[in-house]
Amino acid sequence: MALPALLLFALFALAPMVIVGYLSFTRWDGLGTPSWTGLDNWRTALTSDVTRHALWLTLKMMVISWAVQTPISLLLGVFVAGKQRYRALLAVFYFVPMLISTAAIAVIFKNLLDPNFGLGASLGLSLLDQDWLGDPDLAFYAVVFAIAWQFVPFHTLLYQAGARQIPASLYEAASLDGAGRLKQFWHITLPQLRYTVVTSSTLMTVGSLTYFDLVFVLTGGGPGYATRLLPLDMYITGFQSNDMGLASAISVVLVTAGLLLSLALVRFSGFSRMRSQQAGV
Amino acid sequence: MTVLTRAPSPATTPGSGAAPGRPPSRPRRTNPLGALGGLLWLVVVLVPVYWVVVTSLRTREGFFDANPLAVPSDPTLDNYRQVLDNGFTHYLLNSLAVTAGATALTLAVSFLAAYAVVRGTSRALRWTFSVFLLGLAIPLQATIIPVYYLIAQANMYDTLTAIALPSAAFAIPLTVVILVNFLRDIPDELYESMRADGAGHWRMLWSLALPLSRPALITVTIYDALNVWNGFLFPLILTQSPDKRVLPLFVWSFQGEFTVNVPAVLAAVVLSTLPILALYVIGRRQLIGGMTAGFGK
Repeated sequence: MALPALLLFALFALAPMVIVGYLSFTRWDGLGTPSWTGLDNWRTALTSDVTRHALWLTLKMMVISWAVQTPISLLLGVFVAGKQRYRALLAVFYFVPMLISTAAIAVIFKNLLDPNFGLGASLGLSLLDQDWLGDPDLAFYAVVFAIAWQFVPFHTLLYQAGARQIPASLYEAASLDGAGRLKQFWHITLPQLRYTVVTSSTLMTVGSLTYFDLVFVLTGGGPGYATRLLPLDMYITGFQSNDMGLASAISVVLVTAGLLLSLALVRFSGFSRMRSQQAGV
Repeated sequence: MTVLTRAPSPATTPGSGAAPGRPPSRPRRTNPLGALGGLLWLVVVLVPVYWVVVTSLRTREGFFDANPLAVPSDPTLDNYRQVLDNGFTHYLLNSLAVTAGATALTLAVSFLAAYAVVRGTSRALRWTFSVFLLGLAIPLQATIIPVYYLIAQANMYDTLTAIALPSAAFAIPLTVVILVNFLRDIPDELYESMRADGAGHWRMLWSLALPLSRPALITVTIYDALNVWNGFLFPLILTQSPDKRVLPLFVWSFQGEFTVNVPAVLAAVVLSTLPILALYVIGRRQLIGGMTAGFGK
């Protein structure tokens, strides 16, 4: 009974991982037949400034996105887990970005951040009135912001669900002992949420290897190479410069990074132990 | 917004009228810092959304003149008409077809697989489950080149099936993992008593496992459908002709063509979001309940 799922998955995900490994040793323009070139692509990929820069940007994006999104969604999630009605209402609105497709979000921010008629420019707010997408230093952070806007709601939901499951008796006991709010947060809420933190962080870090659509539509990797993350570098190399061999080498780097990351997270976090007892990812 | 607590509410102190045996109620203490932070993020979320909606109702001239956050003085639906005239309905149907097809396929095969993993004992099944766990970490971007190759070889390039099949395949791992975790909680005794009545695997799957997994199934249906609906990379690479476009690609290409007409572009954004929004409004309870049941803990 597991066979149909396994076959479908093997055909479109497992086999491609093997094929992409093979293609990384060939020269192929996407149309004719791939021809074997040995280590050429790998030599190019590993010495190419563009690809190394893309890899660096991807790691930077991973760390910064995590550092930005985790505190926001943790605090928001714990906050809206409270029982007041207005908090439930807030949670409803927080959900809205999850309903908008990535392409649409990118289009929204592209116009919103436009230096001529975007929100900052038209309102005359000097702080916001910057060439967000045209300035290489700012563009990266504009992308960080748009990604946070898109994904914080999802992680807030995770933390909200996690916080709801913390037994109220823990807090009662703590406040009988005279523990203040901050202490309770630090000694009860955070430790109780540790698996949620791991789940959310896993999804965030592995997810940051897949940021493509948003960057593609929002900046196209520019200005210059300022937002050319690895998946985008792969796309441009393969599908715009028709160098599928080199793009395959980049893909292999991506797959390897993804697998290493999740193996590390599973190993160091006790994620696998949790998995057997609790529902969810 | 750093101080978030969950102190017992005064209402639950003994003698204050809380019914005995009721679970202690959640905190009701005010939390001004939290509220402030919560409101701040609300502004961050809603200002862009508000801006999109009001701008989509402006005329082109109005867009350049008016205060961007003011309510348009002469709201117009012309932008929406323009989007509809540019084939929106066709792309909407494409998106619906791809999403329905891919989600149905994912659910069918994943449910079978999850049932087999939970009820089966063979080593091959355990191995299969490990493969799916590992599969959670495969970034689909990294396999797009071979997928493109396979689709081209199979003569499926530039068809809606070309989008649906890989989309379904990549949804399988997470779907199976969530369903397995859920199916594990169905007590053995239920199966045993059905078996005592002479039921076979298919019967147990159909009349025991399936109805009991409803919450998990709702979760994964929503999650998978949202992902396919919003998918961008597969449609971008596996199709080419304008009549095979799905909504995210339409929004993207529309903004490429209408760069100077921002209100029309934003009308396209609004229209492309409306179907999901409608679904959300109708099924909000189930959606949130399902998401938290599936991803929480």
